[in-house]
Amino acid sequence: MAKELLKGNIAIAEAAVRAGVNAYFGYPITPQTELLEWMAVRMPELGRAFVQAESELGAINMVYGAACTGARVLSSSSSPGVSLMLEGISYIAGTEVPVVMVDVMRGGPGLGNIAPAQADYNQIVHGGGHGDYHPIVLAPANIQEAIDLTYSAFDLAEKYRSIVIILADGSLGQMMEPAELPPMKPVIMRQPEWATYGAEGRERRFLSSIYLDPPEEEEANFRFERRWQEIKANEVQFKEYFMEDAKYAVVAFGTSGRIALSAVRNARAKGIPVGLFRPVSLAPFPEKELAAMAEKMESLLVVEMNAGQMLDDVMNITARRTPINFYGRMGGVVPMPEEIEAEIEELTKGNISNETHPRDRWLAHMGKMN
Amino acid sequence: MQKEIIIAGFGGQGVLFSGQLLAYAAMDQDLHVTWIPSYGPEMRGGTANCTVVISDQEIGSPMVSRPSAVIAMNRPSLDKYESEVKDNGVLVVNKSMIDREINRSGIRVVLVPGNEIAEELGDRRMTNMVLIGALLANLDVLPISALEKALKEHLPERHHKLLPLNLEAIKRGAAYITETV
Amino acid sequence: MSEYTVEEQVVYDRPDSLSSIQNHYCPGCTHGTAHRLVAEVIDEMNEKSNTIGVASVGCSVFAYNYFDFDFVQAPHGRAPAMATGVKRVLPNRIVMTYQGDGDLASIGMGEIVAAAARGENITVIFVNNANYGMTGGQMAPTTLPGQRTSSSPTGRDVETNGFPIRTAEMLATLDGAGYVVRRSLHDPKHVRQAKKAIRLAFETQRQGLGFSMVELLSICPTNWGKTPLQALHWLEENMIPYYPLGDYKVHPALSQKI
Repeated sequence: MAKELLKGNIAIAEAAVRAGVNAYFGYPITPQTELLEWMAVRMPELGRAFVQAESELGAINMVYGAACTGARVLSSSSSPGVSLMLEGISYIAGTEVPVVMVDVMRGGPGLGNIAPAQADYNQIVHGGGHGDYHPIVLAPANIQEAIDLTYSAFDLAEKYRSIVIILADGSLGQMMEPAELPPMKPVIMRQPEWATYGAEGRERRFLSSIYLDPPEEEEANFRFERRWQEIKANEVQFKEYFMEDAKYAVVAFGTSGRIALSAVRNARAKGIPVGLFRPVSLAPFPEKELAAMAEKMESLLVVEMNAGQMLDDVMNITARRTPINFYGRMGGVVPMPEEIEAEIEELTKGNISNETHPRDRWLAHMGKMN
Repeated sequence: MQKEIIIAGFGGQGVLFSGQLLAYAAMDQDLHVTWIPSYGPEMRGGTANCTVVISDQEIGSPMVSRPSAVIAMNRPSLDKYESEVKDNGVLVVNKSMIDREINRSGIRVVLVPGNEIAEELGDRRMTNMVLIGALLANLDVLPISALEKALKEHLPERHHKLLPLNLEAIKRGAAYITETV
Repeated sequence: MSEYTVEEQVVYDRPDSLSSIQNHYCPGCTHGTAHRLVAEVIDEMNEKSNTIGVASVGCSVFAYNYFDFDFVQAPHGRAPAMATGVKRVLPNRIVMTYQGDGDLASIGMGEIVAAAARGENITVIFVNNANYGMTGGQMAPTTLPGQRTSSSPTGRDVETNGFPIRTAEMLATLDGAGYVVRRSLHDPKHVRQAKKAIRLAFETQRQGLGFSMVELLSICPTNWGKTPLQALHWLEENMIPYYPLGDYKVHPALSQKI
C-alpha cells in the first residue's frame, strides 16, 4: 500500500480500526482529540460502537464493560484524563481483561498545558493505579511506529489478557509524516473462554477484581507476576542507532528519542563516537539489553521530557556501574537537538562523577541556565 | 540532505496548508518529511506556525531551533524567526506586511510583496502560494514541479477551480531570486 | 381406614436465575426480595442465558454470586458506564445494573445521569435504603432530614449536609429515560407492584425504548437499629412521604401494558 501523509492521532485511530477494534469510548482532551473525532466518524460508518462518554471515568468503565464481553476495545486520552482513568485501569488489570489505551502526554502536573511532555512515565510504566499490576507500555517515536504498535497491540493484549498502553505525546499526536497503513482485518466478536457475553449453552461466568480471601488474592497476584515474567521474556522492543562503535550512548524514548537522534548525528559529524539506545517497550523495559550495552560504554546520557522518571530505572538497571548524566526539559518544553548535542559533548570530557546523583547535577546545571 | 523550514504568520494566512503542501510534495518525491504545527490556544486568532523537515534519511527531531529557511508572513513572525535562520539559510519575507529593515546578513533574504502580487492575481488568499514559490526558487530542496503536482493532488476538491491561480501565484513568487548577502 | 393420596404440588421454589447458595445479607434485609423479583422476571421472560448483570459496590457487591447468569462487577458508582460498554457491543443482550443509593446517587451520580440522558438501553435496579449499608450505616445522599446515621449522629442537618436526592424524579426529567418509577418492598402488595415494574423495566429494554430504572425503597434493619418489622413500618411511615411511590416516566409505547 502507498504511503499517506498522516497526522499521529488519526494514524493511531485508523490503525486501531484496521486491527478490528469493536468499540471505542473516549472523552475530548487536547492534544488527543483528533483521535476521538476520527473514531466518531469511522466507527459508526463501519457499524461499530462509539460513545463519547460523560468523563474519562465513564469512558474507562465503558471500556471495562465492553472488554469483559471479549470485544476489542480502545480508549484514548491525555495526561490529566489518564489520571482520572487510573481507577478503572487498576480494575481492568485486576479482572485480567485485554484493553488497549492511548495516552498522548501533555505538560503537567495539574491542568498544566497542552504541549508535549513525557511526565506520565511513572504514572503509566510503574502504574498509577492501586495494587500490583503491569501494563504493557509501548512508546512510538514516529508515526509509522505508532501505527505498527497500535495494530499489534490488540493481539498482544489478548495474548496476555493485559492492558496495552500506547504512550505518545502531543508532538507525535499533532505531527504529520508519510506512513503506510496496514490492511483492514475483519471485525469479529470474539468469545474467549473467560468472557461474559451471555451464558447460552454454557455455565454462567462472572468477571470481577474481587478476591475477598487474602490468600486467593495473593494467588491472583502471583499469577499476574508470573505472567509479567513471561511478557518480560518475550515482548521487549528497542531500537539502536550508531551503536556499533559507540563509546557513549544516549538513552531516550519516544519524541525525546527521535530528537536525540538528530543530536547524535550532529555529534557523529564532529567525530564523537556516540550512539542512541531507544527503548520502544517501556514495560517490559529492555533491561538486559540496556545493561549489556551500558557495560561497554564510557558513559550514558539519559534524555527525557520530564525530571528523570526513566532515569531512575536506567540507574537501577545499570547498577550505576556506568557513569550517567541526565538532561530533561519539563512542563511542555521540548529539548532541542543542540541542547542534547551540548550534553553529549559534556560526556566526552570524561569527568562525570559517580558520587553525586545525575538529577542533582542536572538541577544545578539548569539552575545556572535559568 | 536535510532542510528544515518554518512557515509563520497569522492564523488564516494559509500557514499550515503551505507546510502540508511542502510535506505532500516531499512525500511524492520519496523523501522523508515531518510536518508539525504549533497547536493549541494560539490556533485561534493569534500567530500560527509549522515546521517542515525534509530529508533523504530517517528524520530525528521534527522541531528545530535553527531552520534552513523561514517564511515570515507578518511582522511578529519576522521578529521571532529572523535571528534563528541558519547561516547561508533563506529568509522569505512577505514585504507587504513588514514595515522595517531586515537586520540579518549571511543569509539569503527574499523580499516578496506577497499581498500585492496576490491582489494583482485577484485573490488575496494566494499570498502563501507566492511565498512558497519564492522559497523553492531560493532553497535547494524540492523542484517547483513537485509542488505543482502536490497542489493538483491534495488541494481540497472544492478549491480545484482555484488551481490555475495557485500555479500562477507559485510562478510569480518563484521569480524572486536573491543571493546570500 | 380410608386411604387418601395427596398430590404434591410445588407452589414456591427458587427461580432458575437465582443461584442455589446462601447469601450474605442481614436477616430481614430486602435485598433478598429484590434479587428474587429480578430473577423471577428474568425467568418469566426467558432471558437467563441472554442477560449480563453489572454488580456495583455496596451491600450488593456480591450480586454476581447470587444471580445465575453472566455478571461483571463494576468500580464504585461506575456500573452504568460499564453496562453501557457491554450493551454497545452486545446490543441484543439484556443488560442490567443492580446498585444501591450510595453507589448510584452519590459517587455514581455522573454515570447514572449520563446513561439515562443517552437513553442507554439498560435496566437499573436501584435499591434505596437511605444509608450506606456495607460500610456500617453512614449518611447517604438519600438519608432523610433528621435521620440518625453513624456519620450524622445527631440526625441529618440539612443546613450543613444538604437535602436528600429524589433520584427517580430527577432522572425522569431526561428525554433518554424510557421508564422510571419508584416502588417499595415493605409489604406483599407493594412487593407485587415492584415485580410488575421490574418486568416493565426489562420490557422497556427489550423493546429498545431507552433507559429504564426501578427505584426500590428498602430497609436496613441492622444499621437502622430496628427489627425487620419495625424497619418495614419505618419505611412506610418515613420514607414513602419523602419518596412518593409512582410512575415518573413511562414511554407511550408501554402505556397499554400497565
